[in-house]
Order: sequence, then C-alpha cells, then structure tokens
Amino acid sequence: MFLGPALAVSAILFALGAAGVLLRRNAIIIFMCIELMLNAVNLTFVALSQQLGVDGQVFVFFVMTVAAAEAAVGLAIVIAVFRHRESVNLENINLLRG
Amino acid sequence: MSLDLQKGLGLLIALLPETILAVWAMALLLVAAWTHKDPRALRRIGWVSLAGIGVAFLAVAWLWTAHPRLEGLPTSVAVDPFRWAVDAIILLGAGFAVLLSIGYLEREGILIPEYYVLMLLATVGMMLLAGGEDLFVLFLGLELMSVSSYVLAGIDRRREASAEAALKYFLLGAFASAFLLYGIALVYGATGSTKLGFIGFQVQSLQLATHPMLLAGLALLLVGFGFKVAAVPFHMWTPDVYDGAPTPVTAFMAAATKAAAFAALIRVLLRAVPLLHDTWSPVVWWLAAATMVVGNLVALNQKSLKRMLAYSSIAHAGYLLTALVSGSVGGAAAFLYYLLFYTLMTIGAFAVLVYKGRDGERTVTADDLAGLAESHPWLALFMTICLLSLLGFPGTAGFIGKWYILTSAIGSGYALLATIMVLASVVSAGYYLPVIMAMYMKPRLHAEVHADVSVPRVMRGVLTAVAVALVVFGVWPSGLLKTARAGARGFLPDEVVPISQGVPAAPK
Repeated sequence: MFLGPALAVSAILFALGAAGVLLRRNAIIIFMCIELMLNAVNLTFVALSQQLGVDGQVFVFFVMTVAAAEAAVGLAIVIAVFRHRESVNLENINLLRG
Repeated sequence: MSLDLQKGLGLLIALLPETILAVWAMALLLVAAWTHKDPRALRRIGWVSLAGIGVAFLAVAWLWTAHPRLEGLPTSVAVDPFRWAVDAIILLGAGFAVLLSIGYLEREGILIPEYYVLMLLATVGMMLLAGGEDLFVLFLGLELMSVSSYVLAGIDRRREASAEAALKYFLLGAFASAFLLYGIALVYGATGSTKLGFIGFQVQSLQLATHPMLLAGLALLLVGFGFKVAAVPFHMWTPDVYDGAPTPVTAFMAAATKAAAFAALIRVLLRAVPLLHDTWSPVVWWLAAATMVVGNLVALNQKSLKRMLAYSSIAHAGYLLTALVSGSVGGAAAFLYYLLFYTLMTIGAFAVLVYKGRDGERTVTADDLAGLAESHPWLALFMTICLLSLLGFPGTAGFIGKWYILTSAIGSGYALLATIMVLASVVSAGYYLPVIMAMYMKPRLHAEVHADVSVPRVMRGVLTAVAVALVVFGVWPSGLLKTARAGARGFLPDEVVPISQGVPAAPK
C-alpha cells in the first residue's frame, strides 16, 4: 500500500536534509538536518517492511537508539565549542583550516 | 571446530573477542567512576585496559588457530580467517595507541579515566564492523566506533582545537552515517535482506545487476564508506580532525578506524556484490586514483608534521583502495599485508610526534626535529625506518606491501592505476625525506633543544619491536604473505557456505 509514494516522500525528505546540511551554517540546524535524513531512512524502512516482513520495523528501533546516542554526544560537543567561541556558527569556527 | 551460530553457545564463541572487550570496558567504566582523578589511578586504568586488549587478542588468536567452520545457515557475523586477521590488526593498533596514551594524558593534563573505556568501546565497534556479515551489524559497529571516536577527538575539550575537531568530526561523521544508512535501506529494499550472503545470492537469482534501487543503494554505501576511509573527494574533514585531536587519538583513528572501515568495505564488495564488479570497479578506480594524487600533492605543502601525516594517511587510503579495485582474492591478500604494516608505521610515526611535541603537537614542523639524530640517535633511526616504510623504500615492509598491491593490480589488468600509484609514491618522497634530512643533516638550534624528549622504557621496547618487524618483514616477507593469502581465502566461492534454504521472500 502506498509503497511508491512512501519511498518518494522519504527520498525527498532525505534530499532536503542533505541540502540543509550543505547550505546551513548553524551547527544545531545542521544536526537537525542530519536527524531529518535519519528519519527519512526510517520511513523507507517502514514502507519496505510492508512487503519484506517485520525486519524493516526492527531496524527502525536500532536507528532511533543510535540517533539518540549521537544526539547526546553531539549536543555535548556543540556546548564544548560554544564555551570557547560563544557561537555555534560554523563560519566562526575556523581555527583548523584544510 | 564447528560452530552453529543459531545456538547461543556457538554465537558466544564466534563473538568471544568482542564480548570480552565489551565486558572489560564496562567493568572498567565502573572502576573509573569510583576512582579519584589522580595520575596514578589513570595510569593503572590504562594498564588494565591494555590487559583487556591483550586478552581479546589471545581470544582472536585461539579462534584463528582453531579454524572454526560454520554449520547451518550463515548468520550475521562472519567466521573466516579474514575477520581474525583484521581483528588482530585492529587490536595491535588499539594496544599501541593505549600505550602511547599512558604517559601522554598525564603530560597534557587530561585526567579523564573514561578515555580508556572509550578506546576499548571504539575497538569493539571496529571489530564488529570488520566482522559483520549483515549490513545492520555493520552499521551498529560503525556507530559504536564513530560515537566513541567523536568523544575521543574532543576529550581535551579545554583546548579549542580539540573541541573544534570533535564538532567537525561529529557533523561530517553523522552526515556520512546517514548516507550509509540510506544505502542499507535501498539495498534491503531491492534484495529483501541485509545479510551479505543472501544479497549476493539474490543478485544472482533475481538478476538484479541493473536494478536501479540496488545500484542507488550501492552508490550511497560507497559514499558513506568513502567518508569513513577518507577517500578523496570525501576527505575534507580528515586533516582538520587529525590536526585537532590529541595525537594518540589521531594515531588510533588514522590506523585502526581506517583499517576497520576498509575491511567492512572489502567484505561488502566481495561478499554481497561480486557480480556487480563491472559496475563498482570504475568508481573505486577513480576514488583510488584521486585519493593517491590529491593526498600526496597536498601533503607536500604542509608545514606542520601532524597535518603532513594526516595527508599521508589519505594517500595511503588510496593505495589500499588500489588493492580493492581488482576485487580478487589476491587483492584482498595484498590489502591485509599492507594494512598490518600501514598500522604499525603510521602509529610509529605519530609516536615520535607524541614524544617530541607539547600542547597538542600542532606546531611541530620538520625543522623542529633538526639534529634529533645527535641527541636521540635511536629515536631518529626509528622515525627514519617508519618514514622509509611509509615511502615504500626497498628493504622495508612498506615496499613489499606496495609491491604486492601493484602485482595484484597489474595482474588484473589495471596497469594505469599501478602507474599512478608508483608516480604518487615518488611524489611522497618529497615530504618524507625532508624530515629524515632534518634529523640527520641539520644541526640542533641549541644543545638543549631535544632535552625534554624522553621515551619510557616500555615504549622503547615496543618501538624497537616495530622497527625490527618493519625491516625483517621487508627482507623476508614470505611467511607473512602466506598468512595473508590464507586470510583472504574466505572470499573464495568454495569457502563460502552454500545458501540453499532460508532465502527470504522475493520482493515484488
């Protein structure tokens, strides 16, 4: 049911998230865009599990757990950087240059 | 010995090294929570974590020599010599990095016992990543490794460079993980399974070689892995992160993290999609060529030794990708051989930086090592052996490794790529040799300039052993080459358990 549309929606969400990561400069917003990408993948898994069995839905729980762990670590890192620079804008974070 | 992974005991034995290390890490976390933050307790926790790595290494060695064979259906973890070989390399790298950290943390004032716990957990993640036969085990291993590494990169958070490195690593690492995960989802959608063996079977039986969903999934997987192994054009984060992180962590990331991600990539390509070799080999070809050329050329421009070694590690990712292009067992064997010595020589070179530098080692340049041979002849000799081996100088293990990769590439008809690799290695002399020249041919600025460089006695033994290994296996490689070939045999069709039942329903 709705497999094609569901996959299309999740592909669009994923692309929006990826575009946000590349275009925005605020570390918190970039992190939110990454979460959007992960949740787009979750939608893909749920949509596919209609046909492929319950595995897809189990994966979603793993992804959510991993995303939570990443959020905990990531926000702590953002705070550590904020304490030095009073900013989470990546344009101001330029001590290391490639 | 035969193992049935459907039963609890079989699974426990197959995952014995990971289980030991994970339990060890969690016990150590409890101990760390109850100890005071003084240097002696920190040192003790360092040695205990090293012991854990040693026990896990013994478990790997036991499993390797016991030759376990799978009975019943293949499941989510691999039981093959390739896994044991990569596990052994990862544990060597982790042990070396822990040894480097023991004095370093005190000197830099990073009195955080959880450092060692994170290092052990990252190692568990790497071992799962290298041994996962299921895209999901692979993903969980990758995340365990990555999340621990994000914290390790920023462990010295009072230093701005360290915090910034952690932020960059975290944002780009999570971005790459999302690509990898979407790739897994699409491959799952196209084949109906995440188990590598089943995927390979489905690709053949359903003739999915041109299925758009599978190809899109594979492309996304390659992007995700490209970020993790720091292949050009996905390498932008590497120099900054390697520069900002504490040096033992940099060594750990450059060696062990890369080894694990490469092992997972090679396993996915050779187990799940060997039939699509014609599709993925041009992509890997271009990645390898671009990585070698860009890595070596940019390294020429670096003043800071730490950044130079970071770009050198990017260049070496290109050499390892070259071993992968052919998709043959010979390539996998060359990969294993080179990986072992890449790990040793990279951590060795970073070790010298650890003992020379202060305050994150960001400012050490080649000229700061001037005259090291006069005051520390032995340390200078060790650095020279490591750099010559990284360069691929004849008589060192790095030369044999490169030669073996070249043979496998030429043997499979990739002569142009082999030529690029030789030329890129010639370019790399332009940044390795000035360091050696500075150590041997330039005078010291003043007599006391290297007075604060002191290597603990244990590390002297370890560094000597590494130097001896680099030379010995550069002159008599045959024994180890045989082991590497045996390690890669797991990818031969006759070694793989046939899949005759339990294939999931075909997707519509």
